[in-house]
Amino acid sequence: MEREDIKSIIESLLFVADGPLTIQRLGEVLEGVEREDLRSTLDELQAELENSRRGVRLVEVAGGYQLRTAKVNADWVKKFLGGRPARMGRATLETLAIIAYRQPITRAEIESIRGVDVDGVINTLLDRSLIRAVARKDVPGRPFLYGTTPEFLQLFNLKDLTHLPTLKEMEEITLPEMPGEELPFKSAEEC
Amino acid sequence: MTTRVQLEIFEGPLDLLLHLIKKNEVSITDIPIATITEQYLATLEVMQTFNLDVAGEFLVMAATLIHIKSRMLLPMADDEDDEEEGTDPRQELVRRLLEYQRFKDAADQLERRELLTRDVFVRSVAPAEEIPAPGFREVSVFELLTALKRVLDRLPKDVVHEVMLEKITMREKMSLLLDQLRTQGKILFESLFAEVTTRMEVVVTFLAMLELVKVRAIRIFQEEATGPIQIEAAAGIENAPAVLAMQDPEEDQHGT
Repeated sequence: MEREDIKSIIESLLFVADGPLTIQRLGEVLEGVEREDLRSTLDELQAELENSRRGVRLVEVAGGYQLRTAKVNADWVKKFLGGRPARMGRATLETLAIIAYRQPITRAEIESIRGVDVDGVINTLLDRSLIRAVARKDVPGRPFLYGTTPEFLQLFNLKDLTHLPTLKEMEEITLPEMPGEELPFKSAEEC
Repeated sequence: MTTRVQLEIFEGPLDLLLHLIKKNEVSITDIPIATITEQYLATLEVMQTFNLDVAGEFLVMAATLIHIKSRMLLPMADDEDDEEEGTDPRQELVRRLLEYQRFKDAADQLERRELLTRDVFVRSVAPAEEIPAPGFREVSVFELLTALKRVLDRLPKDVVHEVMLEKITMREKMSLLLDQLRTQGKILFESLFAEVTTRMEVVVTFLAMLELVKVRAIRIFQEEATGPIQIEAAAGIENAPAVLAMQDPEEDQHGT
């Protein structure tokens, strides 16, 4: 098989695939083609789509390869699809970040970091399949330990968990400027 | 005269404290505890005035702040056991604030990525949502209970009193069900109970199934409203054994 044929077949398979397509799955279909050749062909395809500024791009996500729309076209795609995209609230995002970096983690452990009850948020995340129970912790009550799912990787365009942005060291943390509104405080003098 | 009050909605007491620290332009590691406590309490008061629900955790933090403030007023004990006494009373709070800030930063970083269904899209499927297989609808709890009743009604109406001790654990039932799904892919709800002869076993099997739904190892579907209920493995099935393995055997044991 010519290299161009392989590339063409891969592109077709990527188009019909319902989720990220793994090298292994491609190998099962394209019997006899070496893994390395599959990988380099995918890289080529990725570069071609990128360089010719095509409307679909090939991204490596959640352990596989997937065709996704180009970010520059986001507004047009949204206009076409209509509807409101589900916005992720602050609480959801923070809880998800804690789970992503500290998994497997229990509800109570998340609560001790956030300082608030997270029951509702956890249920939302479970409903959206962004997290799942992965085991139970060997402590009284045997609480569930939660971890992230492949859907989490897909949502945040991550190849795998090692590609999470590095968590800042405690010493590096500086507080960013708050654009927040003034709070109606009584100043110290008034009290 | 109208007073415009703008209140940000704080995620929690730590969030509020971080806000106050930023607003006062003070260092997180050297919090002027008296000032911050005062402003913290003032904010709670405002929240209460406007009937905002001040959750318990805000009050716990208020108590913590007051406690730290009072400890700061005490002279530092400089005797030998300065493990306890000599440490800055603010230390634990600072640690918590820094850790929380760390995850707030991480959340910001995640949000800046190319988000699926916000920045980028895939062909017709939105992976963030659980998409049922075409033509399938998710089964409601009531439909499940109706189906369970059918199974129970089918059991032989035994009038003979048999005495036997049979241990069926939910864990066993869970692994059994997962094994079945692994080999058959999809199974009918009713076939789950094909070889079940006692009420207790039906109940344990049913609970095992519910537990697997809860941990998202399986999904339950129906092709049409009155059609047969089907069970299939969810994406997370490979992790289900880990969940089972951790299941406390004693607590799920049932005998008949």
